[in-house]
Amino acid sequence: MPGPMQHPPDGRGPFVTGLVDLVPVLVGVFPFGLIAGIAAVDAGLGSIQAYATSPMVFAGAAQLAMMDLIARDAAPIVIVATALVINARFVMYSAALAPAFRELGPIRKAYGAFVITDQSFAVSVVRFDRIDEPLADRFAYFMGASLGLWGTWQISSLTGVILGAELPAEWSLDFAIPLVFMALLFPAIKDRGTTIAAITAAVAAVALVSLPLNLGLLVATGIGLVAGAIWGRE
Amino acid sequence: MTTHSPTLIWLLLGITATGTWLFRLSFIALLGRISTIPDLAMRILKLIPAAVLAAILAPSLTHAGGAFDLGSERFIAGMIAAVVAWRTKNVLATIGVGMGLLWALQALA
Repeated sequence: MPGPMQHPPDGRGPFVTGLVDLVPVLVGVFPFGLIAGIAAVDAGLGSIQAYATSPMVFAGAAQLAMMDLIARDAAPIVIVATALVINARFVMYSAALAPAFRELGPIRKAYGAFVITDQSFAVSVVRFDRIDEPLADRFAYFMGASLGLWGTWQISSLTGVILGAELPAEWSLDFAIPLVFMALLFPAIKDRGTTIAAITAAVAAVALVSLPLNLGLLVATGIGLVAGAIWGRE
Repeated sequence: MTTHSPTLIWLLLGITATGTWLFRLSFIALLGRISTIPDLAMRILKLIPAAVLAAILAPSLTHAGGAFDLGSERFIAGMIAAVVAWRTKNVLATIGVGMGLLWALQALA
């Protein structure tokens, strides 16, 4: 293993490298953010709340699911539980990043954790695995990737909130919500376990659609998880 | 449009935001005290995105108009968009094909 790597010959610091490594995914993030903003307005949130959702929650799939459920007046506990179940995956990312950030001070841990996303996590673990660089550079790389995504998410969802008030209902743009979930679902189906979990959860959700308070969604997710855990072992 | 009050919605946003941040912070803050996720918990965590996304998605296609209907415009457009999502894993292409088909089917209806 060579010593800590110097900055690459192009002279980019780790922050900029992280930012640049994230650029390819931003093309997909922008329309997703637009739809999250439009969905918040369509759900009936006031504009301050619709603007505040992205800086507060900063998790696209959970925001979209929340807005979908808020629009249907689902029970408050179901709305929060669904968003938190979707975001439970961050515990996994936190565990994977923890060794690399062990020596970080508490304040940087606090705001660094706040901006973890699927995408910035993915590029960071690949980088940390490949290159042995000082803690400050690792954190700078991670923040470059994370803040690139953060900025794009804020701008795109803000644009969605502004547009959302203007778009006519005849355009059926609420259909973009399931389409975004679809584009997120297929990359999440990676092996036998996730395939079984997805199919079982989908069938159960359709069968349980008439459960009160939109509880069918959470019950079906639980059934999918159990099925995937039991029959998904390779 | 929701009938939940603005105060309730602030509460929902606040709890979700705090809970999400605590998930993100969990092991980064606790490392040293807890070092690994138990095997079963890890397996379940890995399954969550696929299960929850499928559970949200499926009824919005099969019950697009409120009742079970596999002939609806949204179900047909959604099924074809699913093939696009599966083959390309591309958000823009999935939204483009799905919305385009829905508009075409609505225009033909």
